[in-house]
Amino acid sequence: MRHLLSVADLGPDGIEEVLRLTDNFVEVSARAIPRVPALRGKTVVSLFYEDSTRTRLSFETAAKRLNADTMNFSVSSSSVNKGESVRDTVTTIAAMGVDAIVVRHSSAGVPWQVARWTDAAVLNAGDGWHEHPTQALLDCYTIRERRGSLAGLRVAIVGDVKHSRVARSNVLAFSLLGADVTLVAPPTLLPPSLAGWPVAVSHDLDDVLPKADVVYLLRMQRERQTEALLPSLREYTALYGLTRDRAKLLGDDTIVMHPGPMNRGVEIAAEVADLPGAVITRQVANGVAVRMAVLFLILGSGGDLGG
Amino acid sequence: MAADIVLRGGAVVDATGGRRADVLVHDGVVTAVDGDLEAPASALVLDAGGCVVAPGLVDLHAHLRQPGREEAETVESGSRAAALGGYTALVAMPNTDPPIDSAAVVREVLELGAGACCDVRVAGAITKGRRGEELAPMGEMAALGVRIFTDDGNGVQDARLMRRAFEYSSALGVLLAQHCEDDELAEGGHMHEGEWSSRLGIPGIPVEAEAMMVARDVALAELTGAPVHFLHLSTAMAIAMVRAAKAADLPVTAEATPHHFTLTDEAVASYDPLFKVNPPLRPRADIDAVKAALADGTIDAIATDHAPHPQEAKELPFDQAPPGMLGLETALALAIDELDLPLERVLALLSWQPAHIAGLAGQHGGPIAEGAAANLCVIDADARWVVEPERLASRSRNTPYAGRKLTGKVRHTVLRGEPVVVDGEAQR
Ligand SMILES: [Zn+2]
Repeated sequence: MRHLLSVADLGPDGIEEVLRLTDNFVEVSARAIPRVPALRGKTVVSLFYEDSTRTRLSFETAAKRLNADTMNFSVSSSSVNKGESVRDTVTTIAAMGVDAIVVRHSSAGVPWQVARWTDAAVLNAGDGWHEHPTQALLDCYTIRERRGSLAGLRVAIVGDVKHSRVARSNVLAFSLLGADVTLVAPPTLLPPSLAGWPVAVSHDLDDVLPKADVVYLLRMQRERQTEALLPSLREYTALYGLTRDRAKLLGDDTIVMHPGPMNRGVEIAAEVADLPGAVITRQVANGVAVRMAVLFLILGSGGDLGG
Repeated sequence: MAADIVLRGGAVVDATGGRRADVLVHDGVVTAVDGDLEAPASALVLDAGGCVVAPGLVDLHAHLRQPGREEAETVESGSRAAALGGYTALVAMPNTDPPIDSAAVVREVLELGAGACCDVRVAGAITKGRRGEELAPMGEMAALGVRIFTDDGNGVQDARLMRRAFEYSSALGVLLAQHCEDDELAEGGHMHEGEWSSRLGIPGIPVEAEAMMVARDVALAELTGAPVHFLHLSTAMAIAMVRAAKAADLPVTAEATPHHFTLTDEAVASYDPLFKVNPPLRPRADIDAVKAALADGTIDAIATDHAPHPQEAKELPFDQAPPGMLGLETALALAIDELDLPLERVLALLSWQPAHIAGLAGQHGGPIAEGAAANLCVIDADARWVVEPERLASRSRNTPYAGRKLTGKVRHTVLRGEPVVVDGEAQR
């Protein structure tokens, strides 16, 4: 695999391979010196056109733990602010001899364009509403950590699916691994067409919760109420929020997930985020190991993981 | 005075049918059409063997970008692309900078067109600045020969203003042409709304954005009695409305572009802004509806919506890139290749029907007979070629058909008796 642009690039076998490799890197991360020289001499650049400190730090930490050199080309600190085109920026970065470019952009598809303009590997760290493949991989890993496998699990993805790259990548990944996915959202927050999506749809969270093995809450953006997609955030919370009362409908071992950052009190009640079934901090922790696995898979030569 | 020309060995095809004939051109006029012409020794003989000799093509919809965006196209480069595509006339759209919304800018573009490789006609804006707020001086522009008015690029959103435009224009004997798009419904969209936009995470433009404005303007045409022409129709829903309006004998005409009968919205999965266009590429069912409407006469003309953009604009992120694609040099071949129609029907859609809509029937698209204006093209309908962006005459390279194998190529184009394209090469 040359790039990681979409979860679909991996397929079920590719996802399984990443998750198997992640086991190794979770073990590495637990060491006193959590480093292996697997990518020594390689250079990984993060090219973020959209602020996301958590994703950028996660990728950079992963690269450093593999002994890769890292560079950060973020929008606020470089010429991209001064009207330089994405292509010119990519050409400049490529001329420095980098091996991988981690791209984040608010427009869907930019990582595909970048991949046409460089010989370096391109990793999609989130493109508009479209995809966020490493988030989906770390979510799969986190579920597998609790439940062993995703096969046959009933997963509810709740909230603003329409505008969510996390939802698009997770629908692909969860279903490729055999989970049954139900989207729970008001019709205005679903994509206009779900043709070809391997999902069921519900508008009744109370009906879905008792049957769910995994409840995945999406971040609700405040501007949705000004776009006539919702009457109010309060009504959203009443109908689709995982409130304290509604959390009583959850099964004993139901997993509660969120990609962060959370709007406590909107899509998830403060107390619920701290329940034993909530694995939100595990998601963050696994993010580094999953990204190590992805970088290793794309840039590594199958070399030394021992350290 | 230009030398006499003989188009030798071809089959003449025009609105009256087809027959094997040579064509003699003298002083800008067809002087003889006959099976085996005796040509003057001084005449330039152009080989039309195995070819069709047809009236020159007429494009109702080309963006020549001049004045204001000369880095993308000029009247000169755009008209050269047109001549290479078999066109002897085109209508230049008014979304230039400044827009063609006054007699002064009309004059400027007509002067630029005087030395062009095809007959350059101008569409004037319906409203000042194409802002959709106040009527532009249509009377002053009509006095300079403008026959089509449109705010193309924008639809006129205000129904009351559009009603007034229809009423006012009816006294001028001109045609209003609409870019059909309801801005509120289309707001923020960058591709067709449907399965692919949902999957790709790109905000969509629903088919209703086109259909609602068609419905409104059909109603206003009925109210005012003024004719309306619908630009670049792309949806089965809008086409059904036009079909019904024609059945009710309302004065409506319509055009469709080659890309709307050859490319689907699935092409956007590449995230290449070469496939971004407005109206957007649609799914297969809409493409089939466009083809059916071209076959049954609901759509009267194929128009290119030739829309050049510089490379850097088409390398922006998809949702930031401007819409539009080149069309003048590929339209004829795509129509021959993709429409299951006899060549005479294809030529009706590309030549004499649009000539009639543009008010050019006396000069372009007419039957090839003694006394007719010598605006002609010679088409090798079996010639195979591959679209190579670098070889196009347009200043821009934004064709979505790079590498595509096409059948049907223009061999010669004759403008007012002058050979502007000979053996597929522009002569100026
Ligand atoms: Zn238009």
